[in-house]
Amino acid sequence: MNEPVRRLSVIVLAMFLTLMIAASYIQVIAAGDLNADARNVRTLYREYGTFRGPIVVDGESVVWSKPVDDPFNYQRTYADGPLYAAATGYYSIVFGRTAIEQTENDLLSGTADSLFWTRLGNLVSGETQRGASVELTLDAEVQRAAAEALGDDAGAVVALDPSTGEVLAMVTSPTYDPALLAGHNTAEVDQNYQDLLAQEDGPLVNRAIAGDTYPPGSTFKLIVSAAALEAGYDADSELYAPDELDLPLTTTTIENYGGESCSANERQTLEDSLAMSCNTSFANLGMQLGWGVVERKAEEFGWGEQLSIPLAVTPSRLPDDPDEAQTAMASIGQYDDRATPLQMAMVAAGIANDGVLMRPYLVDNVRDADLRVIEEYEPEEMSQPMTRSDANELTDMMVAVVQEGTGTAAQISGIDVAGKTGTAETGTGDRPHTWFVGFAPADNPVVAVAVLVENGGSTEGEVTGGRVAAPIARAVIEAAIAAQGGS
Amino acid sequence: MATVTDVQVRTGRRGELALLGLAVAVAVLARGLVDYHADFLELDELAIYAAGWTVVALVIHLAIRRWAPFADPVLVPAVLALNGIGLAMIRRMDFAYADRGRDTNFGEIQTLWTLLGIGLALLVILLLRDYRLLRRFTYTAGLLGLVGLLLPLVPGLGSQINGARIWISVFGKSLQPGEFAKIAFVVFFAGYLVSNRDTLALAGPKILGMRFPRPRDMGPLALVWAAAMLVQIYERDLGTSLLLFGIFVAMLYVATERLSWVIVGLGMFAVGAVLAGTLFSHVGSRYTAWLHALDADVYSSGASEQLVRGLFGMASGGLFGTGLGEGRPDLVPYAESDFIVASLGEELGLTGLMAILTLYVIIVQRAMRTAIGVRHGFGKLLAAGLGFAIALQVFIVVGGVTRVIPLTGLTTPFLAYGGSSMLANWLIVGLLLRISDQARRPEVMTP
Repeated sequence: MNEPVRRLSVIVLAMFLTLMIAASYIQVIAAGDLNADARNVRTLYREYGTFRGPIVVDGESVVWSKPVDDPFNYQRTYADGPLYAAATGYYSIVFGRTAIEQTENDLLSGTADSLFWTRLGNLVSGETQRGASVELTLDAEVQRAAAEALGDDAGAVVALDPSTGEVLAMVTSPTYDPALLAGHNTAEVDQNYQDLLAQEDGPLVNRAIAGDTYPPGSTFKLIVSAAALEAGYDADSELYAPDELDLPLTTTTIENYGGESCSANERQTLEDSLAMSCNTSFANLGMQLGWGVVERKAEEFGWGEQLSIPLAVTPSRLPDDPDEAQTAMASIGQYDDRATPLQMAMVAAGIANDGVLMRPYLVDNVRDADLRVIEEYEPEEMSQPMTRSDANELTDMMVAVVQEGTGTAAQISGIDVAGKTGTAETGTGDRPHTWFVGFAPADNPVVAVAVLVENGGSTEGEVTGGRVAAPIARAVIEAAIAAQGGS
Repeated sequence: MATVTDVQVRTGRRGELALLGLAVAVAVLARGLVDYHADFLELDELAIYAAGWTVVALVIHLAIRRWAPFADPVLVPAVLALNGIGLAMIRRMDFAYADRGRDTNFGEIQTLWTLLGIGLALLVILLLRDYRLLRRFTYTAGLLGLVGLLLPLVPGLGSQINGARIWISVFGKSLQPGEFAKIAFVVFFAGYLVSNRDTLALAGPKILGMRFPRPRDMGPLALVWAAAMLVQIYERDLGTSLLLFGIFVAMLYVATERLSWVIVGLGMFAVGAVLAGTLFSHVGSRYTAWLHALDADVYSSGASEQLVRGLFGMASGGLFGTGLGEGRPDLVPYAESDFIVASLGEELGLTGLMAILTLYVIIVQRAMRTAIGVRHGFGKLLAAGLGFAIALQVFIVVGGVTRVIPLTGLTTPFLAYGGSSMLANWLIVGLLLRISDQARRPEVMTP
């Protein structure tokens, strides 16, 4: 019986060899796939189980990881969650990450290449991995003022520092509390998420940069004005401003807002047309300049560009090869013109900064756990859509808008505010979207702002950019100037 | 004629003592690491643990010197090392569960079972002075095995845990009688086969150039097959079924030296397994969970969730593991018992798992060595059967966790949490010690 026992030993060896091969397959060959499997919560725990860096505004953490006694070790915690949600995004074990939490994830989690030396140091000193802190360009006061001024109305506010491109405020409304999605009870988080999705006004949508793009309405006249100045017009150039403008090859006409007359003699200067927001004159001016000229100017201000601030910004759009009638409509910000509030703030910032458009950005600097700066963002010129003198001339025209035109509600005593209102037809029969785009102080701008209130918000009666959006812009500008003076 | 000379026999007892020291070192080191990573390390407590293990090792050593001086010197150290690793891992799971608010003391209970198991093994070599005595109880063992196997089916006594009805509840304690039935069957098979091997080895018809046994001799095989199928269907346990049948076929082969028995046996089992899988949905779903474990619908139905979570754990361990206490084995259900191999794979890595499997190979090979060395057919069958029982059980458990075969509810010998398994496997160690002692005892010394 010895021979079969020997053979049995060989079979046993083969059995164990099979087990060893299977274990090797799982732990080495298939390990990558298994570790990357979405159902593998271990990866999640490993990622969520490490200290994640805070997100900082004005030196204060607005999002941080608080040690807790559960399998995840840390709970993402928020100060003023709804106020900063549009910028910070959420960090959920169920639904992943958005906004800064997503774009700066490798820095916040501590896995970025730029943190290599920090990690090496931790390895030597035996410290656990700690993520870097990300400081935003947002100004807490401006952000808060913008959110309070906008209130519960659906819309967005973007404020930029025109000389650097820093985003000082980015508010979208309605907003949500990221804490609702950051919990560790997956059933609860799931329910909260479904509730947010079910809300018709879309609180998870960032209207400032990535919601639906909006028809810019009369604020687009700034682009047409810039193109006209470049083409040789000046503030005093007389434009054809009839009460009704026939659109070529159609039976339709363009009227002014409320059917008003721009001028008794059908002639009006460029400056007055902008101040009064005359439709017929700008529609005609657009046709005179030709769509190509207007389109190029818009593109110089950022239309069509895929920005990442580092949040992805929906590109603003223009109509493709419009005919004469469509050009007329597009020249007053209707037809297929679409813009994000950020894009309109960039228009104001470009004009404010002597015609030089700075690339907008939201992340100011990144520091490792020992507070050493490992990344610092430098202002960067994006384009130069206007000459300094054209920009100054347009600034004066915009000051007139606020002083004696449609934007008087944005006036601040002792400070020249430059601005432009917009009241954009939505084409759906709803009330128009109301805009205000501007900057201040006119001679040395510290803030450029764009305000959008969808369908005029909760304002009763007739809604216009001057009536609904301009007061909000004023509040933001005041806060920015106050913050500037304070610092 | 051989002349009687005074031969100095190497018992290997000193080597065993050194190996026991190594096993104790492994056990203590593993526990120290677990405590350290749980921020629970107290050196004086660890010293007591080390002292305890040292005493246990010395007691084992002295008992073997006294009652089985020629016993295999490698067997117990290898078992003790596995046992120590298992205890550390189970203690580590206690810490993990405590972190999640679950109060368990598996580690302490298992330590008690280990001591009882060791005591049982020593009792075997003390009381059973000649393994051949067991042959007298061939049919008693067979009956006991059958009773043990079928006990879980008795209403009110048997209970179903984790899908398999292989447990009985006695005085509020759960027992797996199948673990002991396994040993009884090996004794029965050895006794039966050594008596009937000549008949069973008789050649029958020749098919495809190979002699097959006579159909009339197929009775015993058919009986065991039927029992195995019943277990698979009614106790929902492919593991015990496969174990039982596999042990019988292997011992049948050793007894008759006929490969045709193996082919017939494996063929019958395959047909039975496929039939059971087709006819009984609960058996079939186990096969689906095995073959399509990673499919989204199979996983989300929960059928393969435990298996796949185990795979995730092992994958995260990779080559060198996360380190004891550094992984997340608690994410796998039954991480301290059925899936302790996945837990060890996660925290000790592939290298650690290889070392553990190698320890099993050593244990099984020592049993086979004993089978070759022993002079009586009954002893050969008994040793080979017990060794193969351990090998097959490890294969079924680890193979289930690593997706070589469908997942079953068997326990990993010496590692997994569970009293029945611990006692039964130490009983096997006791028997192997006794057989190897008689196998290695020089003939000149027997009068």
